[in-house]
Amino acid sequence: MAAVRTPAERTLNRLAIVSVLLVTLIFLAPIYWITATAFKPRNLATTVPPTVMFEPEVSPFVKLFLRRSQLRAAPSEEEYAAAPWWEQMVFDGGEKVVRSGTGEVRWSAYPDRFMNSLIIAISSTVLAVGMGTLTAYGFSRFKVAGEQDWLFFILSTRMLPPVVVAIPMFLMYRVFGLTDTHVGLIILYTAFNLSFSVWLMKGFIDEIPREYEEAALVDGYTRLQAFFKVVLPEAATGIAATAVFCFIIAWNEYAFALIMTNRRAQTAPPFIPSQIGSGLPDWTVIAAGTVLFLLPVAIFTFLLRNHLLRGMSFGAIRK
Amino acid sequence: MAHIQLKNISKKFGSHAALKNLDVEIADGEFFVLLGETGAGKTTTLRVIAGLEAPTTGEVLIDGERVNDWGPAERDVALVLQQYSLYPRYTVRENLEFPLKSKIRATPRAEIDEKVARVAKVLRIEHLLERKTDRLSGGEMQRVSIGRAIVREPRVFLMDEPLSALDAKLREALRTQLKNLQMNLGATFLFVTHDQVEAMSMGDKIGVLNEGRLVQVGTPQDIYSRPRNTFVARAVGSPPMNLLDGKVEDGAAALSRAGQTLPLAGELNGSVAGRDLTFGIRPEDVRLAAGAPGAATIHDIEDHGVEKILTLHAGASVLRATVSAQTRVGYDEQVRFAWDPDKVHLFDRVSGLSLRHAS
Repeated sequence: MAAVRTPAERTLNRLAIVSVLLVTLIFLAPIYWITATAFKPRNLATTVPPTVMFEPEVSPFVKLFLRRSQLRAAPSEEEYAAAPWWEQMVFDGGEKVVRSGTGEVRWSAYPDRFMNSLIIAISSTVLAVGMGTLTAYGFSRFKVAGEQDWLFFILSTRMLPPVVVAIPMFLMYRVFGLTDTHVGLIILYTAFNLSFSVWLMKGFIDEIPREYEEAALVDGYTRLQAFFKVVLPEAATGIAATAVFCFIIAWNEYAFALIMTNRRAQTAPPFIPSQIGSGLPDWTVIAAGTVLFLLPVAIFTFLLRNHLLRGMSFGAIRK
Repeated sequence: MAHIQLKNISKKFGSHAALKNLDVEIADGEFFVLLGETGAGKTTTLRVIAGLEAPTTGEVLIDGERVNDWGPAERDVALVLQQYSLYPRYTVRENLEFPLKSKIRATPRAEIDEKVARVAKVLRIEHLLERKTDRLSGGEMQRVSIGRAIVREPRVFLMDEPLSALDAKLREALRTQLKNLQMNLGATFLFVTHDQVEAMSMGDKIGVLNEGRLVQVGTPQDIYSRPRNTFVARAVGSPPMNLLDGKVEDGAAALSRAGQTLPLAGELNGSVAGRDLTFGIRPEDVRLAAGAPGAATIHDIEDHGVEKILTLHAGASVLRATVSAQTRVGYDEQVRFAWDPDKVHLFDRVSGLSLRHAS
């Protein structure tokens, strides 16, 4: 970037910085809101006007991980005093911790659902990006009869809102016994993302000069070895960008997860809003679930941020 | 090292014919240059030999063996390209090692180190070995890619305009280095270029390609002094040969567009009389002299130090003359010029084919 020299440039520069800050603020506002709510006492979560100053507490997170039920009667003083700090928090909310017959604390379903989300999102991302990269390579490097038609056909799967086919999909899934299974959702999300992944990766691979692979072929390598040794490292940026997009889509998907799963393979998005607690909705617990749910995407994106920045500026991979 | 033969090679891309019935023979240890303009089919020829492109018809023979069905890896050829010739993200050393590490060669570690060291020394790139390739200058890059080619001692070297992206000085230096290298290795080189200076100065033999056809094959001297047609005449020489339309009348050249008559020497074949001809004369065979038969105006003067290249307007024709730097002329000056009557080429105007070479 050119250095700032004239006063006019300096003003312009400051204006730019201010607008960037402003936009950042607007984007961060909902995240602040949900994070703040996750640490609020339940009675402050829904006040009008919103409470800004409060003493943060972790009880929403404690409740998120515990199975609870409504208290019929307040616990006795000895009972309350004997309970560990986390159980006291539940008592404070007018609920009690559900225990098994042998007295063990029962966990809520959140960790399981979170795990389901991870398994399904990661598997479908790996599959979509892997198959997408190979397909894109084929389209990019070989003469495929009717290439344009194929690519259009692949894209056409994204030309209608996926929910439109939810009912027929559900019926098909029931016949094949895929409802409420991990495999079922993995197949579904892979299919969603594949067309996207093929198109995005084709753009990236087209940018890689084929001279590199041809040099490797002449140097004594097979097509497959050349692909892995020369093409793949060059495509890393594109793969990272595509993977982030696919992961976010699979991670956040709500409608199909709601329809296709209910227990074993249910992901976090349909689960979190169902945690309204017993009685009135407990927004703090929902917020806590949401905050934790944001983390994987944030971490994943953060790890790949260097690739992403380059991946977003298409065509700038190499002059 | 190897002998290469292309037999009746044609290559079509869709309806476009890139190569048409190409016959080329490259002798063992020869430096063969394919000269042609962009789109003439030079690179396609190279890729057909490398096995990156299958010919539509015809045979590729290396050392007498038909290799049409062999993959690039099995043909044991090395390729040096104008650009993108090095693997990115690798260091120079890794680039040089790359061909040796392939499964079909599977060179032991000690041998790899020894070979890389030797090549690095020959090309004087020892100080660059640990550097990443994106931190190299253009000249260094091309030296490394030549190194990657020679490190595995292939049967044939294929070079696709390896010097074209470099600046003039570097190009000249590498030209000499490459030629020396080829002679030291005794290797068979196929060098593709559009630069006639490269072709003339490096090649043992030159093949001139035009629109997928091989127009003429010969030594640089052959190509220069005995061009088979007007295309070859224009393709080599700087500035290129002057081509002037005219007819033979009374044993002299009557130049129709220039409106002048200049003498011819030697025996004239009876068939040239009255025919539409193109007369060819190299710029260095055009002289300025008082009382010479031709009249012209000086349109442009390029001073090259050792010589001056003049652009003359004679009637409606333009011709170039290379004269000694001592010649004193000014713009728009009226001059008299002559040509060396022994050095005049005659071409048929319709077919462009040579009817008589300079003696």
